[in-house]
Amino acid sequence: MFIRRLIFVSALAAASPVAAQVEKPVDPYVQSNANAGATPFTGEQLLAAFHGQDGVGRIVDATIDQGIVDPRTAEIFKATDLVRLRRTLKEQIAYLLGAPVTYTGRDMKSSHKDQGINTAEFNALVEHMQHAMDKEGVPYRAQNQLLSKLAPMKRDVVTR
Amino acid sequence: MTRVVAALGAVLAMSGGAASAADLVPSGKLLLTGGVTNIEGAGGGGLASWATITGYETRDGIGANIHATNVSLPDYKFRAYGAAVGFYDRVELSYAHQEFDTGATGAKLGLGDGFTFKQNVVGAKLRVLGDAVYDQDRLMPQVAVGVQFKRNDQGAIVRAVGGKDHQGVDYYVAATKVLLNESLVLNGTVRLTKANQTGLLGFGGDKDDSYSAQFEGSAGYLVSKRLLVGAEYRTKPNNLGFAKEDDWFDVFAAYAVNKNLSVTVAYADLGNIATFKDQRGLYVSLQAGF
Repeated sequence: MFIRRLIFVSALAAASPVAAQVEKPVDPYVQSNANAGATPFTGEQLLAAFHGQDGVGRIVDATIDQGIVDPRTAEIFKATDLVRLRRTLKEQIAYLLGAPVTYTGRDMKSSHKDQGINTAEFNALVEHMQHAMDKEGVPYRAQNQLLSKLAPMKRDVVTR
Repeated sequence: MTRVVAALGAVLAMSGGAASAADLVPSGKLLLTGGVTNIEGAGGGGLASWATITGYETRDGIGANIHATNVSLPDYKFRAYGAAVGFYDRVELSYAHQEFDTGATGAKLGLGDGFTFKQNVVGAKLRVLGDAVYDQDRLMPQVAVGVQFKRNDQGAIVRAVGGKDHQGVDYYVAATKVLLNESLVLNGTVRLTKANQTGLLGFGGDKDDSYSAQFEGSAGYLVSKRLLVGAEYRTKPNNLGFAKEDDWFDVFAAYAVNKNLSVTVAYADLGNIATFKDQRGLYVSLQAGF
């Protein structure tokens, strides 16, 4: 009986992925690739090193998965719409790596203004991404190339 | 590239599993971005002082480390140990005790078997502008100014070989830049100094007793998160008449076991020291900190 109910509940969860993907409404803003905060790399080589947009998707998911459980960074994500964050961060990283995608998220300054992130937390998030890139098998040199685009965003992301 | 340690054995034993646990301690900078500790106790490379502030703390905290260094040369032994504290990624205070052991060479120099020059170095460094790691969209490096107060315990011998003083002050400006897109770490330092063999043979000399500007350059390639390999060059004054002083050179590998421990191994060419030529040997330095 219990097992049956468990199966039923799982089935229900599996059957409603659409419901789970709904993003909360956000205040209006002007969409622009400039919101991604850096100019993208050109050519296809770097994106290939990240195993394309699928690889970027896995890296972003693994980064956020670690971010929400690591006590150093968990607090940052408490009030965050993770569905939207996963989507926009995947867009942003893919865009910066030269993928033919549009970044539809907000700019770094306005999206982090209420997060209260400090330098150590910013660095912890970078470490999560490094672990995720390691897990994906992205060569270290290519990892650093992406980080060279993200590092200057500290000025907008770190607010305390 | 040098942060040190008390017990190497214990340290290496904990390298495996403990490393990943240590990665989760709530401390700031990314691996190796704090540099290691140079022979004078300052955050930097092995021979050069860098613009980086020692330790892994950010602008929100205080980091510190201890280090121990050993250089085995054909005719001498060099040892150093010390501690450094980085305040808010802005100010660094450091102390190093250096011993230059002449061993059997001491007798040949007429100093006596095992004669050892000792020197204490107290350093202060202030980061004045730029950020070596985050400013990837700018060419501006991280720049720091520093001062090192040095006092040698062998005043009489120093004067006997032509040195003018057993104590002196070095002033330097260092610029450090991490080029993430190329996985490179670069540093250039200009040092105003009168020091003979960094002060181990005193300050000023019979040939020249004025300050001169010397250069320290370091270039490293980030092989992985934990490993930096590279080379350094350090020019030196030539103040003493009795023995020519050469520029220094090394090739190094700095390995961060975790944020608390790093090991630097180098092959250093220190040239001619007190008339004994070709002083080349293994440089090993350990650094432990938080």
